[in-house]
Amino acid sequence: MNTLSEAVLLGPHHLAYLLRLADGALILGQRIAEWCGHGPVVEEDIAFTNIALDLLGQARLLYTHAGQLEGAGRDEDAFAYWRDEKQFFNPTLVEIPNGDFGQSALRAYAYTSYQQCLWPALERSQDLGLAAIARKSRPETAYHCEHLAQWILRLGDGTAESHSRMQQALETVWRYTPELFVDDAVEQAAAQSGLGPAPSSLIVQWQQGTSALLRQATLSLPAATPCAAAGRQGQHSPHLGALLAEMQSLARAHPGAQW
Amino acid sequence: MSNAKEWPLWEVFIRSRAGLDHKHCGSLHAPDGALALQTARDVYTRRQEGVSIWVMRADQIVASDPAHKAAYFDPMQDKIYRHPTFYQLPDDVNHL
Repeated sequence: MNTLSEAVLLGPHHLAYLLRLADGALILGQRIAEWCGHGPVVEEDIAFTNIALDLLGQARLLYTHAGQLEGAGRDEDAFAYWRDEKQFFNPTLVEIPNGDFGQSALRAYAYTSYQQCLWPALERSQDLGLAAIARKSRPETAYHCEHLAQWILRLGDGTAESHSRMQQALETVWRYTPELFVDDAVEQAAAQSGLGPAPSSLIVQWQQGTSALLRQATLSLPAATPCAAAGRQGQHSPHLGALLAEMQSLARAHPGAQW
Repeated sequence: MSNAKEWPLWEVFIRSRAGLDHKHCGSLHAPDGALALQTARDVYTRRQEGVSIWVMRADQIVASDPAHKAAYFDPMQDKIYRHPTFYQLPDDVNHL
C-alpha cells in the first residue's frame, strides 16, 4: 500500500487515535483468546477463537500503520509488547475480566457492535490507510456481531438460570459502554481533522441496534450511568496490568525472538 | 453420554467455489439450525473451502442399513446388461 508510506500524521492526536482503535481490538482479542481450549463446546471454542484472531489481525494492521506514520521505527510488536499499562489507550470495557461465557459474549458484542457503527465512518477517513483497514474489517465485524447476537438471544431467552446470569452480566458490562461515546480532546481533534467520526454521533445507531437485540433476548437494559471509565486516557482498572503481564511475558523474556 | 439435554448432531455439506454440488464434509453439534450454520462456517470454511453451506439434522436422514447390503446391492453384480456397453454407437455420437 503506497499510500501508507507517503502518509503523514494529521496532528499530535493522530497516533493516540490509532492506538485507541488498535488497543481496543488487541485487548478484546486477548480476553477472548483466554477462552481458547475452554469453550463451552469444541465448535464454539473454534468460533470464538476465530473472532479473537480477527481482532488480533485488525490490531496488527492498525499498529503497523501507526508505526509507519510515526516514523520512529516502532513495529506492531513494539506497540503490543513494549508499552506499559498507562501507555495503552483501550476503553476499559475490553479489559474487564471475562466472567462466564455469556458475559464474555455480551462484552464482545458491546464492543464489536460499536466497531460496526465505527467502520463505515472510518472508510471516509482522511487517513487513507485507516480507511483501507476499516474496509477490510467491516465484513469481519458484521459476522462477529451476528454470531455473538445468536448467543445473547439464546442465553437471554433461555432457561431461568441462563436468563438471570445474562441479566447480571448485562449489569456488569453495560456500565463500561458510555466511555465509547465520549468526545474527549483526542476524539474532538480527530473529528475536526477528518480522521474519524465524533463518538457521540454513533451512540443513537449503537443504542438502537443493541437495545433491539437485548429486548428480543428478554433482557432489561440497566439504568443509564454516567461514564466513570477512562481507559482511553490510559487510566485503567487493575485488570489490565495482569492481562499485560501475561501477554507480554514471552516477548519480554526473549526480546526479538522469532518463530 | 447421550441425554435429552445434549445438542443434536448436524451433518454439514459445503459447495466449493468451483463446485456444482454440495459435498458432505463432516458433522457438528449445535442447538439449532441458525447456530449450526454459523458453526459450520467457523469449523469447515476457515480456509476458504466453500461459498455455500447446507446443514441438516443427522436424525432426519433416512439411511440404508449396512446389514441389508446383501439384499440391496449385491444382486447388481452379475447384471452387466444394465450397463450400456453392448450398443454399437453411430460414429456421430462416438463421444457420448
